[in-house]
Amino acid sequence: MKFAVVVFPGTSCEVDTYDVIKNKLNEEVQYVNHLNESLDEYDCVVIPGGASYGDAVRPGAIANMQPVMKAVKKAAESGKLVFGIGNGFQILLEAGLLPGAMLKNKNLKFICKPTQIKVENNDTAFTFAFEKGEEISVPIAHGKGNYYCDEATLAQLKTNNQIVLSYTSENLNGSIENIAGITNKEGNVLGMMPHPERAVDSLFGSEDGLKIFQSIVRNWRESHATNA
Amino acid sequence: MQQTLEPNPTQIKEEKIYREMGLTDEEFALAEKMLGRTPNYTETGLFSVMWSEHCSYKNSKPVLKKFPTKGEQVLQGPGEGAGIVDIGDNQAVVFKIESHNSPSAVEPYEGAATGVGGIIRDVFSMGAKPIASLNSLRFGELDTPRVRYLLEQAVAGIADYGNALGVPTVGGEIQFDDAYKTNPLVNAMVVGLLDHEHIQKGQAKGVGNTVMYVGSPTGRDGIHGATFSSVELADEEEEKERAAVQAGDPFTEKMLMDACLELVKSDALIGIQDMGAAGLTSSSAEMASKAGFGVEMNLDLIPQREENMTAYEMMLSESQERMLIVVKKGREQEVIDLFEKYDQEAVSVGHVTDDKMLRLIHKGEVVAEVPADALAEDAPVYHKPSEEPAYYREFQAMEQEIPEVTDYNETLVKLLQQPTIASKEWVYSQFDQHVGANTVVSPGSDAAVVRISGKNKAIAITTDCNSRYIYLDPEVGGKIAVAEAARNVVCSGAKPLAITDGLNFGSPEKPEIFWQIEKSAAGISEACIALESPVIGGNVSLFNEKGGKAIYPTPIIGMVGLIEDLSYITTQNFKSAGDLIYLVGETKDEFGGSELQKMVNGKIFGKAPAIDLEVEVKRQKQILEAIRSGYIASAHDVSEGGAAVAIAESLFGTDGLGAELKLVGNETAALFAETQSRFILSVKKEHQAAFEQLVEDATLIGEVTDRGQLIIEGSEKQLISSEVKALDDAWKGAIPCLLTLKG
Repeated sequence: MKFAVVVFPGTSCEVDTYDVIKNKLNEEVQYVNHLNESLDEYDCVVIPGGASYGDAVRPGAIANMQPVMKAVKKAAESGKLVFGIGNGFQILLEAGLLPGAMLKNKNLKFICKPTQIKVENNDTAFTFAFEKGEEISVPIAHGKGNYYCDEATLAQLKTNNQIVLSYTSENLNGSIENIAGITNKEGNVLGMMPHPERAVDSLFGSEDGLKIFQSIVRNWRESHATNA
Repeated sequence: MQQTLEPNPTQIKEEKIYREMGLTDEEFALAEKMLGRTPNYTETGLFSVMWSEHCSYKNSKPVLKKFPTKGEQVLQGPGEGAGIVDIGDNQAVVFKIESHNSPSAVEPYEGAATGVGGIIRDVFSMGAKPIASLNSLRFGELDTPRVRYLLEQAVAGIADYGNALGVPTVGGEIQFDDAYKTNPLVNAMVVGLLDHEHIQKGQAKGVGNTVMYVGSPTGRDGIHGATFSSVELADEEEEKERAAVQAGDPFTEKMLMDACLELVKSDALIGIQDMGAAGLTSSSAEMASKAGFGVEMNLDLIPQREENMTAYEMMLSESQERMLIVVKKGREQEVIDLFEKYDQEAVSVGHVTDDKMLRLIHKGEVVAEVPADALAEDAPVYHKPSEEPAYYREFQAMEQEIPEVTDYNETLVKLLQQPTIASKEWVYSQFDQHVGANTVVSPGSDAAVVRISGKNKAIAITTDCNSRYIYLDPEVGGKIAVAEAARNVVCSGAKPLAITDGLNFGSPEKPEIFWQIEKSAAGISEACIALESPVIGGNVSLFNEKGGKAIYPTPIIGMVGLIEDLSYITTQNFKSAGDLIYLVGETKDEFGGSELQKMVNGKIFGKAPAIDLEVEVKRQKQILEAIRSGYIASAHDVSEGGAAVAIAESLFGTDGLGAELKLVGNETAALFAETQSRFILSVKKEHQAAFEQLVEDATLIGEVTDRGQLIIEGSEKQLISSEVKALDDAWKGAIPCLLTLKG
């Protein structure tokens, strides 16, 4: 399986994400910069965290105008897995690949802390390896991770089981319905604010985040085995 | 046009205009002598910034020279952007601490942010990727809105800048005391990692090689920042100085950093230096002087973001996110292309000459021509008079006095709520501590621990300085600062490698202050030699006083140690019920400068706690050996608040553990004295015999329990009986509570 890690000017979590895929999953992975116009050769596109363009205007707003985003949209439409973490999630919101928007954290400050999150839906390509309702520990590190959407959207998210991850520890950022991560309706695009790439080794406090990456690989293997 | 706006050399001399720029009459005369003529306006500006304390260390050089700076691990000592220490496997760490006190006192957000930016550039200019950042902060007592504003804004500035860069902020410390009410200290330390072959220097050598300007364009911000950092600010000057505070742009810094880290791998690069304090002037003059060459620049080519900038303004601007580089002649286009990839400007602005002059051309005329050495190497050095202050003699004559305490439980809670002891989570939760995914131990333990990516080793990093001890007795306090930093590093499983020092003091013009500088430096030196941790660089910030009131002498020690195997990593928290608790070291009735003395008496006095470096070294070596042998479950040094506070801290975050112990001797001292060279360790029962044989001065004082209570018995009665949760709540809640006070 071949991963693309998309790098915008200002992205800072690309190395951490790349290392997980290369060293923990032993899968093929390449950095792809913002000027790239095609992602056809990749099976999964990961948009890592950081502060693309220094979070100017709104986090993700300028990244969304870059050439690579057309390719990201094409990948999402073709059913490939697209995974945004932190700023990557914000970029997917700006791109309209996921519904809703991010507000400033309710205390108006950047928050870096371990959080407990619950796997609300394990029937997705990204959460396949978890039990339903499993509680995992993954840290957050963001200033604008307070997820918001209107009532109609929220109802849809619920109906379609798009709320995949929610905070069970204190809802630090103020997200509506404690939302930590959502997918699109089709289930092939995931955005999450906690950083699973920082929870892949017990030496650093948790290895729960690794299962998200493992789910992606297992799901891809299984779907390709049946197709073959 | 410039000629009509700026005073001519005769006016500068006769009207003593140089004084406004910070030069003394003697210094101006020396500049004239070095030049062989009266300097013009631009040249006077060059001398004034380069001869400021911030750039020249003219007042502190005689003291700095006495620091031990050598060791087989040292690859680069003081004199470059940052020092470098070998960590094996052909890798090295680069680190330095730097202050941004004056800007932070007038504009805390930008002052603190650009402080982080500056020290990050110092580290990547050595060729190293920054892998960890720490900050050492000093503020007033949080009892006025102004102090709370300074703290909140400085923390936000550090957070917004550091978080956007993708460099984890892994630790640091904060202390609060009235001595810093109007003079807060903001010191930032950054550690970088590189392979030996990528080590760079700030040098301009090879006649004909090209001098290039990279990064943000130059504006009028920060003009004379270095000078204003080197004088005592009067209140009414603050508003004016606010304009001299630079504004930072972390996004540009990140792009510049990424570009420079690619550039350092190219053999086109000859030298690279940050345009920090005194910007274009210091970088060009220092790079030429260090290499023994000259530099000629055409200022018309300098990227400018404002119109009609004069040579003086360009040379003295401290606009952020700029670097000066020297590249091999003919390789300029490669460099331009490289920076273009990161949306950064790279412009050829001059070349290296053999005449050792810094020559500036603007609008077709030579506007300055000064020997580079005159600005850098040959700046004046002062041997200031030093005098033992009266307060010191009084304090030394006092007998040790044990503060009066009646309720030990209440006292422990109150101590845990003192801002200097209380949890700093409110601060560090605003910092991205984990980006890079190598942070093993984040803020809250004795030292931060950062893994070296892909290797079975890590570094431990800490900053420390108890300035109360140093005020009471600078020499003893200086020793303690280094010893405590080393204790923190050892407790995390590391062998100390080297230190960087951030020397923050009042005005060296006062003999009593200069005495503090000299004595504390002597103490630091002695401890560095004993602990085999040389000084590889640092920063001097003087004139931290206002209205005649100086800060406490605050030489902050930033230390890096090497953890040679990830299995050695140790934290301060007790691990499991049944583990034995040891106190290493005897306790004396020492309360001078202690947290308890300050809390009970509202002031500090008497003698600082004594320290015997031989004992210190022996204990540290034995404890490190015990950690490496796998005997130790947790290790914590005893510092502010004494043994009771250290034990309580060892219980926080342990999820229901408790401790039952017995402490003998004077009850107040046993609980709260700040006798040095002591540790709280926990040990698995099966290692009891081996541990006791190894660590000679360890006394078994109790056991970890699973009952969530802290029980401390004295010789005659029970001293402490408290739920750990209640102590934890008090400790965690104190700072958020103080910050929400109104009025």
